[in-house]
Amino acid sequence: MENLTVPTMAEMLATGQQPEVLFWVGCAGSFDDRAKKITKAFVRILNRAGVSFAVLGTEESCTGDPAKRAGNEFLFQMQAMMNIEVLNAYEAKKIVTACPHCFNTLKNEYPQLGGQYEVIHHTQFLKSLLDEGRLTIEGGQFKGKKITFHDPCYLGRANNIYEAPRDLIEKLDAELVEMKRSKANGLCCGAGGAQMFKDAEPGNKEVNIERTEDALETQPQIIAAACPFCNTMMTDGVKAKEREADVKVMDVAELIANAQDL
Amino acid sequence: MAYLDNIFFVILLALGGGYFAMNVKKLIRNIKLGRDINRTDNPSARWHNMALIALGQSKMVRRPVAGILHIFVYVGFVIINIEVLEIVIDGIFGTHRVFSFLGGFYSFLIGSFEILALLVIVAVVTFLIRRNIVKLKRFIHSDLKGWPKSDANYILYIETVLMVFFLVMNAADYHLQLLGFGDYHHAGAFPISQFIQPIFNGMDSGVVMMIERAVWWMHIIGILFFLNYLYYSKHLHILLAFPNTWYADLNPKGQFDNLESVTNEVKLMMDPNADPFAAAPPADENAVPQKFGAQDVQDLNWVQLMNAYTCTECGRCTSSCPANITGKKLSPRKIMMDTRDRLEEVGRNIDANKGVFVPDNKTLLNDYITPEELWACTSCNACVEECPVNISPLSIIIDMRRYLVMEQSAAPMSLNAMMTNVENNGAPWQYSQQDRLNWKNEN
Ligand code: SF4
Ligand code: SF4
Repeated sequence: MENLTVPTMAEMLATGQQPEVLFWVGCAGSFDDRAKKITKAFVRILNRAGVSFAVLGTEESCTGDPAKRAGNEFLFQMQAMMNIEVLNAYEAKKIVTACPHCFNTLKNEYPQLGGQYEVIHHTQFLKSLLDEGRLTIEGGQFKGKKITFHDPCYLGRANNIYEAPRDLIEKLDAELVEMKRSKANGLCCGAGGAQMFKDAEPGNKEVNIERTEDALETQPQIIAAACPFCNTMMTDGVKAKEREADVKVMDVAELIANAQDL
Repeated sequence: MAYLDNIFFVILLALGGGYFAMNVKKLIRNIKLGRDINRTDNPSARWHNMALIALGQSKMVRRPVAGILHIFVYVGFVIINIEVLEIVIDGIFGTHRVFSFLGGFYSFLIGSFEILALLVIVAVVTFLIRRNIVKLKRFIHSDLKGWPKSDANYILYIETVLMVFFLVMNAADYHLQLLGFGDYHHAGAFPISQFIQPIFNGMDSGVVMMIERAVWWMHIIGILFFLNYLYYSKHLHILLAFPNTWYADLNPKGQFDNLESVTNEVKLMMDPNADPFAAAPPADENAVPQKFGAQDVQDLNWVQLMNAYTCTECGRCTSSCPANITGKKLSPRKIMMDTRDRLEEVGRNIDANKGVFVPDNKTLLNDYITPEELWACTSCNACVEECPVNISPLSIIIDMRRYLVMEQSAAPMSLNAMMTNVENNGAPWQYSQQDRLNWKNEN
């Protein structure tokens, strides 16, 4: 078993410490098999960089994002207020998360309900570690590889974050190739707005297939994602296109962790 | 008798202006049927948006061909209206080219109007070709069946005709100027219409003058007609684009509003000290409890209703919508068009019933927009990003989902299961909250 150091806020409090940043793992990051790998990759980087962080562990609960996008404002606000109570009790100041949906909700929709934090996405956090010299990235196995980046809607259009993940990919000495629809014009993977949890309405194609085709058009070796849901959708798309042997879908945090052989 | 023309002109102007004012009043009344929402914060950012997006057309050029041609039409339209001012003054006072005392500057103005008029014709003809011959996908989409399709073409025809009138009027005028006929003193420069002018060669000057007068009248009548056509057309955007961009949401696109009515109830539910029986008596005994979400146009806020009137039906939203691209019924353009159609219907109902709305057993939900459309949205914001006049079809979709879920419990089964999980175990899947940190020790 590998040695991950993952303190909880409760443990920290017991020893009278306040971490630099609270890592909000999110439901996908906690339970989804694919997303758990992203969570661990991110933790490995945090451990390597010596970042003092903590998770809420069993005190974390869904941010309420899927409920809100589905139209259930009651459930959303109940979740939000419960989480805010916990976060405020720990006097959380800065929160980092690898899920753009959690990121958006915590950053934009919690403040009015009493939850005021500095919320950043893990790609922004990794970028800042890099800029501050707390983390060094070498291309390693990704040197010269063709990587295309799929913009998560809730990171890109929703919050105008386009550059942090791209800067990180470029630091790997990889060749970043853009899809014809990218950044503000990026096409959704099909999971947002609670679609992840239901069947699609009748149509003539699945959204993730359309998007995977965009990605495959760039002839990439790796499709980089920065959202656990996009990751699932693109992975399924690559499978449906029978390309899983030569195209991998990886989170930006995984790219960096793997490049360092973490 | 000499004043007959002037009197007739003033009557015409009053009729055209009066009818327009009446429609504007109706427009404002209909928009005010929406719920109140405060969108006056941060005025400097709002002026900036308006200057950039409405005046500067910054979002139009994301699609360069249409964007640049549209700028021709837009600039042409705005600038040529300076000419209309002259026409109005001439019409009222019986003068002829009253601004010609500006001399060289006047020549410059008229000359540039002519060039713009030609550019407008080029652009408009290209637009007609794109719509009717090339048949761009977003223009032959099923949303536009019937009136919207004709509407778009009518506007382009009217614009062409108006520009042709303008050039013919100048050509005839120029011809008479060359002859030194009557009142037609030397004024203006005619870089384009000088090429039309020769068709009058050999024609009786009296006839040419009649043509000049006739086209002059038709030009102004055409403009008054156009002004009054706006209310019935997607062309309303030439006016509403300005307030619409000013009042647009300034928050990050991912931020959905938190319903305040819900906040109050949730706070009460969560507060252990709250006395459930003392629970907030409604301030006004007769107050109708506010519906959660939107079932009909009156449940939307006024900015959403203004959005509907502003929609240009350009279909940029729909052509970038992942649901629509993959063949789902959802089309964000249709969401806006339906909202406007229903709002108009409600407005007519109010007109017919002496100022009060009589329920007609119809609602925006179901009679216009079906749940199937609403549930296909991924909330990706592509439509909002694309819209050249900052409309948010997404906000209407979410408000209607709220109604479906909170008032009718009519979410798809699988979403209900997801929500039950969130409620019971704090995750959209059936995992226990106690297992949230298990990943730490798994391999
Ligand atoms: S937010 Fe919804 S309606 Fe708008 S483009 Fe995305 S899926 Fe389509
Ligand atoms: S909502 Fe905006 S993008 Fe969509 S059709 Fe109307 S004006 Fe065009």
